[in-house]
Amino acid sequence: MRLDYPVNIKIILVPCTGKVDVLHLLRAIQKGADGAYVVGCLEGACHYNEGNLRARERVEHVSRLLEEIGLEGDRVRMYNLSSGEGPTFAAYAKEMTEHIQKLGPNPLKKWAE
Amino acid sequence: MNEINKGLDDRRATYIEYAQAVPLAYAIDLDVCLGCGLCENVCLAKAVKYDDKERESEIRVGSVILSPGTKGYDPSGLVTYGYGLYPNVVTSEGFERILSAGGPYYGHVMRPLDRQEPKSIAWLQCVGSRDTNRCGNGYCSSVCCMYAVKEAMIAKEHIHGELDAVIFNMDMRTFGKDYEKYFLRARDKEGVRFVKSRVHTVSEIPASGDLSIQYVDESGDMKEEIFSMVVLSVGLTIPDSAVALARRLNIELNPYDFADTRPFEPVTTSRPGIYTCGVFQGPKDIPGAVTEASAAACLAGGDLAEARGSEIQAIEIPREKDVSQEDPRIGVFVCNCGINIGGIVDVPAVQTYAAKLPQVVFTDSNLFTCSQDTQEKIREKINEHDLNRVVVASCSPKTHAPMFMETLEACGLNKYLFEMANIRNQNSWIHSKSPDLATQKAKDLVRMAVARAAVLRPLKEKVIPVNHRALIIGGGIAGLNAALALGRQQFEVCLVEKETVLGGLSLKLHHTIEGEDIRVYIEKLIAEVRADDKIEIVTDAEIAGFGGYKGNFETELRVGPGQEKRIIKHGVIIVATGAIEYDPKEYFYGQDDRVITQIDLSNRLEEKGASDLDSVAMIQCIGSRNEEYPECSRICCQNAVKNAIHIKKLNPDTQVYVLYRDIRTYGFLEDYYREAREKGVIFLRFNQDSPPDVECLPDGVTISVIDHVLQRPIAIRADLLTLSAGIRAADTNELSGIMKLNRNPEGYFMEAHVKLRPVDMPGEGIFLCGTAHGPKLISETISQAQAAASRATTFLAKPEIKLSAITAKVDTDNCVKCLTCVRSCPFEVPAFNQNTKLIEIDEALCHGCGVCTGVCPREAIQLSFYEDDQIMCKIDALMAGGM
Repeated sequence: MRLDYPVNIKIILVPCTGKVDVLHLLRAIQKGADGAYVVGCLEGACHYNEGNLRARERVEHVSRLLEEIGLEGDRVRMYNLSSGEGPTFAAYAKEMTEHIQKLGPNPLKKWAE
Repeated sequence: MNEINKGLDDRRATYIEYAQAVPLAYAIDLDVCLGCGLCENVCLAKAVKYDDKERESEIRVGSVILSPGTKGYDPSGLVTYGYGLYPNVVTSEGFERILSAGGPYYGHVMRPLDRQEPKSIAWLQCVGSRDTNRCGNGYCSSVCCMYAVKEAMIAKEHIHGELDAVIFNMDMRTFGKDYEKYFLRARDKEGVRFVKSRVHTVSEIPASGDLSIQYVDESGDMKEEIFSMVVLSVGLTIPDSAVALARRLNIELNPYDFADTRPFEPVTTSRPGIYTCGVFQGPKDIPGAVTEASAAACLAGGDLAEARGSEIQAIEIPREKDVSQEDPRIGVFVCNCGINIGGIVDVPAVQTYAAKLPQVVFTDSNLFTCSQDTQEKIREKINEHDLNRVVVASCSPKTHAPMFMETLEACGLNKYLFEMANIRNQNSWIHSKSPDLATQKAKDLVRMAVARAAVLRPLKEKVIPVNHRALIIGGGIAGLNAALALGRQQFEVCLVEKETVLGGLSLKLHHTIEGEDIRVYIEKLIAEVRADDKIEIVTDAEIAGFGGYKGNFETELRVGPGQEKRIIKHGVIIVATGAIEYDPKEYFYGQDDRVITQIDLSNRLEEKGASDLDSVAMIQCIGSRNEEYPECSRICCQNAVKNAIHIKKLNPDTQVYVLYRDIRTYGFLEDYYREAREKGVIFLRFNQDSPPDVECLPDGVTISVIDHVLQRPIAIRADLLTLSAGIRAADTNELSGIMKLNRNPEGYFMEAHVKLRPVDMPGEGIFLCGTAHGPKLISETISQAQAAASRATTFLAKPEIKLSAITAKVDTDNCVKCLTCVRSCPFEVPAFNQNTKLIEIDEALCHGCGVCTGVCPREAIQLSFYEDDQIMCKIDALMAGGM
């Protein structure tokens, strides 16, 4: 469909969002990413039954950790869609980017190097 | 005009038919092509050939499968609906495209006239189906009720405000597995309205483009409603091209142009060696079509079983080099993809950038990295520069990684030492308006891929042998057919039946609705199975224990009155445990001899005829579609129609009344429903809220029911009251516990995927057929049994199975046996081994999702190919570029 979405989105492939670890998300933020989000199957439609539900729990956990250290919790988010929903994927990419732009740069960035 | 979007938008003269088309290739629409030559000139691959001609080629084959598919009924001829005349009247196919994210309005629900979101939509059912007057299609198309409900639900979901969705129907035919629950959700939770009426005329209100529908409601009153849009639920028809094909192949068609097949040979055409499947066989939904496809493949393959393995060319794979001790030497191949990437991204700059990345020793760029000659070139470069890791920066690994991995294998390199950077789909295609940023992003993606390539490790795909014997559980029509089909494919079968005799529920049946003799059939079937020396039959047996995995199962049986223990080793399982007739608690069944079930009635008609019967009443949906058991039992309507016709044939003077809620004679069964009415059978609809009252009096059974037209109770006196008792799954509590097989709340076994894998069970190497899966007709059971055998053959035909290398591995030194992984795995794979005292993950069972790696508090589990460092390094590499 070649739908335009913001260029700042870079995708890291995992077999299932259930593979996404708390540490992966924290590492991205620690290294200066302004935001990180996990895109999984629709809830109830995980190819591996429940990986996306675990991913959501982990994203929420990371979110709380970020708040504890004084960062905005929703620099990390979870989105769900089906593989047939290209336009929704693009819409989420745009939404996340706009959301992060509102939050401004990740304050950890200056220590990241 | 874009044919796929039903003319709701336009397409260019060069086009891809739709995003999922196979092959995913461009075509030229010769009807609108000007012949300007532009596309031929710009195509770098020289793939455009204007003078290309249709070519004839001859292929020698042993069997043929016809699956030419269907065409939605064209309602242009039904002028009273205004299709083609009023823009806001669309067909269900058109509306399907409107709902699609890839459709003309990108998934926004709009009406064609003014692109406004509709406030109300009416679906008119049975357009081009169940209509002998206006179009001659007497059959029911089987799928329209379900898709109309689905379209209404999705439209409600997509529309931002309120949507009044109304489905005008004669009967709601949601008879498939779990379909009734979906219908109930639409009606009771989502507020979709269902109106019992066949609409005759749609007229447009010119000022607004809205549509007025006048209809007669159930009580006979004239009503009028205004809708923003009207969707015509068009039926399934056979295209002229398929009819012509059938004529050329000399196979018989039925009066509606579908392939003519017999109930006991559902996918066999009139000409030996030619099989059929899908809608060409009869109207059906996707699970039915997929099932039949496997069934047809089974029979076609059975004819060719002797030739299996011949005419095969084996690929020689060189011995794998051990690179584990070498430092990474990475080669990066950047693809231009014609102008797809090169037209946006500065490919030379990306290549130069890649050359400077750590451990990269070679870079190259190609016009088309996926072409055959480039594979040859990559092989040369791997050998020439002694590369031990390869990165291809091009398109999606989904489509192309397997091919590049083969190229690695051909050089003796482990295929998992490969990584792709998707600089097309995730970059040039979507950032075409900002080439500089796209070039920068391509560099980022290549840097990430190179970082990951450096830490990839060679992986071994474990090879396990396959036991070439099948275990079939259940010796009814399904199990017997599956056994016979596997026997014909030259595989050994152990058929286990819990009763002392074979045949199952079919032993209680006499004739199909088409008039075929079930008893003669089952006798012949059992004889054929007994005559096949590849099939071992074990009766009076039950399953007592079970273990192993795909290709290598071990099942413990208890056989005979002595409960003798026996161990069977087998490679696959086919579950065919069947179903039983519901034992009614309703309407004095079991208390009064005059109240019987449909099975009792057909026995009675065979034994005593109907000459002594003045009047017979039937009540539908006994033990189905109620609060206790919400599902439809699918077969009872045709059963009632079958017995009603049988009575009328035996004694035309017998009055027959069928009290029903919706008559669900789908497909060609509709012809029999019509025949029954023509023979004078009286069908009376009642509401679920006001079910019939029954009194057993000395001179007959009296049934009182509220007639919906008269709106008052009427009383029927009958000699016999026949209850259309539903179907219940056989008791498989113990079996499902022992074999860990999932069932739905009704006790039917669950398939791996409702639509795409309808006879596979979630566990690999386990298949499902017959009424163990859900209520169905004998013909449907037979094709499903053949389908299960076909799917089993895909396992049994292999000498060995290669397991995926992407599985979870436990670092036993660091594991503290906290059992978190055991509790978390969605497939119950990790297990504590009592002997070794270790947690073990069987790689033959692991699905490779990685859930366990995330929950392990000691990080003692790694998923191969997605190990933590292999993900972390990508994050680090990405962030090293700054963001």
